[in-house]
Amino acid sequence: MAHSGEVFELRFENVLGNLLRAGVSMAAAVVLIGGVVYLFRHGAEPFAYKVFRGEPTDLRNIAGIINSARSLNGRGIIQLGLLMLIATPVARVVFSVGAFAAEKDWKYVVITLIVLAVLIYSILSGGA
Amino acid sequence: MGSLTGLGGGVVIVPMLTLLLNVNIRYAVGASLVSVIATSSGAAAAYVKEGFTNIRIAMFLEMATTFGALGGALLAARVPAPAIAVVFGIVLLHSAFVSMRKPADQPWEGPPDKWSAILRLDSAYPNRNGSVPYRVVNIPAGFSLMFVAGILSGLLGIGSGAVKVLAMDRAMRVPFKVSTTTSNFMIGVTAAASAGVYLNRGYIDPGLAMPVMLGVLTGSVTGARILAGAKTKALRITFAVVILALGAEMIYSGLSGRL
Repeated sequence: MAHSGEVFELRFENVLGNLLRAGVSMAAAVVLIGGVVYLFRHGAEPFAYKVFRGEPTDLRNIAGIINSARSLNGRGIIQLGLLMLIATPVARVVFSVGAFAAEKDWKYVVITLIVLAVLIYSILSGGA
Repeated sequence: MGSLTGLGGGVVIVPMLTLLLNVNIRYAVGASLVSVIATSSGAAAAYVKEGFTNIRIAMFLEMATTFGALGGALLAARVPAPAIAVVFGIVLLHSAFVSMRKPADQPWEGPPDKWSAILRLDSAYPNRNGSVPYRVVNIPAGFSLMFVAGILSGLLGIGSGAVKVLAMDRAMRVPFKVSTTTSNFMIGVTAAASAGVYLNRGYIDPGLAMPVMLGVLTGSVTGARILAGAKTKALRITFAVVILALGAEMIYSGLSGRL
């Protein structure tokens, strides 16, 4: 039992590591593409972040970001990449729920589901 | 910019953006949060395969950090920017102090902990001669400190490494290698919990987050290579001095209303 548990955890850790690396690489690639598009169109505009204005609503939620990225808006594509980046740890938690369930470790399935609920609440509603 | 931040992660990004580039602190925290997710997930990918990361400790404590991070992010919307700067400065001073001290790495020799047994937190880490078993203790204290670390992370956009060291190394007696890799593993999920709120509130600006995230990512890759051959003691002292100066400057700017 202890031995099979160890083998299981080793495999679990490998998949987890690959998942994290893939998520970050993909997100970085999308952000880079968006950045090129953005700089190509707006690179000459002055830099103004002293005053806080907040982002327009279409760059604040998942549907708006996807729409904006589909119309090949540079800022929209960057935001899509950032969204993928934020989704990477969420995907890690989703994967962990499955892994703990496969190991029949129900205590940790519950713990992981609680963490997942907080993440989903934050991303979908922003606590509003 | 990136190679410096590779040393300490988020704690350098916000002061540099606000103090040197005059970026509003809310945008700076938003950009810092996404960079923190990028670097910690990238590093975690490597660490987790080495087998030092304790995934059960991480999952259990993430309940505390994600709730804290959600609270901290909601708090960030209500707290005025100068106050955030002052809290940030205090955290920087504390981090400088913690980074100067040597890690206390004494394994727990006493009886097993009740909570640790229930949650199966005790584990072992690999070394040259096989594996070294360890026990963890003071779970409620560690859990509470992690909640505080989560709040600070959500409010300031940092990984809260210094508070996590307090919780895991000092309170719970997690071995050094395990605590650093496990705390790094947790940062991504913790930061994601507050990044959701920041995104929904429009605090994450793509034009700012893009160069910061890409810069920090490349910096952390090259920084790790340079670090491998550098003298760690000199680096630690330099880093502590930089953090100390940034912390003092953040407090001064916050109090004088410059931010």
